[in-house]
Amino acid sequence: MLLDITGSDLIRACSAIGAGLAVIAGIGPGVGQGIAAGHGASAVGRNPGAQGQIMSTMLLGQAVAETTGLYGLVVALLLLFVHPLD
Amino acid sequence: MNSAILLSADNIDFMIHELIPVNFFGTTVYITNSHICIAIVMLVILGFGVVAHIKLKHAKEIPHGFQNVVELIVELLGKMVSGTMGKWAPRFVNYISTIFVFILMSNISGIFGLRPPTADYGTTLALAIITFMMIRVNKAKHQSAKEIWTNVCSPLPPWLPIWAPINIISEIAVPISLSLRLFANVLSGTVIMALVYGLLHFIALAWPAVLHVYFDLFSGAIQTYVFCMLTMTYVTQACTSENDA
Repeated sequence: MLLDITGSDLIRACSAIGAGLAVIAGIGPGVGQGIAAGHGASAVGRNPGAQGQIMSTMLLGQAVAETTGLYGLVVALLLLFVHPLD
Repeated sequence: MNSAILLSADNIDFMIHELIPVNFFGTTVYITNSHICIAIVMLVILGFGVVAHIKLKHAKEIPHGFQNVVELIVELLGKMVSGTMGKWAPRFVNYISTIFVFILMSNISGIFGLRPPTADYGTTLALAIITFMMIRVNKAKHQSAKEIWTNVCSPLPPWLPIWAPINIISEIAVPISLSLRLFANVLSGTVIMALVYGLLHFIALAWPAVLHVYFDLFSGAIQTYVFCMLTMTYVTQACTSENDA
């Protein structure tokens, strides 16, 4: 029988889909980190002497920008592994 | 773990396991594997500290060998703190260096097969709450009540506190975002390594070392630096009153 689906099966299927949708949050940090890296590269091009400082500032900013994407990851992991209704 | 969708293969394991039940005022709590890992990390750091203490009792004018390493670590940490905190550095350098070494050792303990203690939300939330308390206490110590109230109503004048709830929420969000950032970064590395070793275990030969270098060493070091940097920035901001500037 094709439609032999219980309620908890449905919940699991929907949370898998939701987890997939949640990690779309990774787009934002990707764009943001790319912009930071591009500006870092142009800053090094303008002032090669300050490469170390530019690098550390860029990595710090990128790591902070990464946070929103990681929130998406946390939501996805919660959806996959925490099943309060089972 | 029958409830997890992903675990169709049984050998994927990145969960926190409850090992030893302990009766704590009538409730049963558990010693988990992250407690064990945190104890191992702490023992390693303590051992290093004791050895350094004994060795530096007869320190020489010209450093040599082990003394060189210890001096390098202390100097690097001191330079990092004084570069960010300026005149407040001497008061906070001990605490910042401590959490730096602890978080760094926790993050890279994934290489040695432990489950990183920072991949447990309890650890990172505790660290972030310490930072939050430091911010609050230093604000109360260094800024007058009027100044704090003006800051809370920040873009609008102090007699019109419409903006205050939003500012209060953003200050409560500081420890949450600090702890979740560290936790999620380390956890993502742990999950990916568990997936590699669990699903690809018959071809996982030598090449996962590259992933270990990225997820444990690089990402762990960056996140340690970010956590300490943000703590220092927030505490310096809390210490600086507008009157002295």
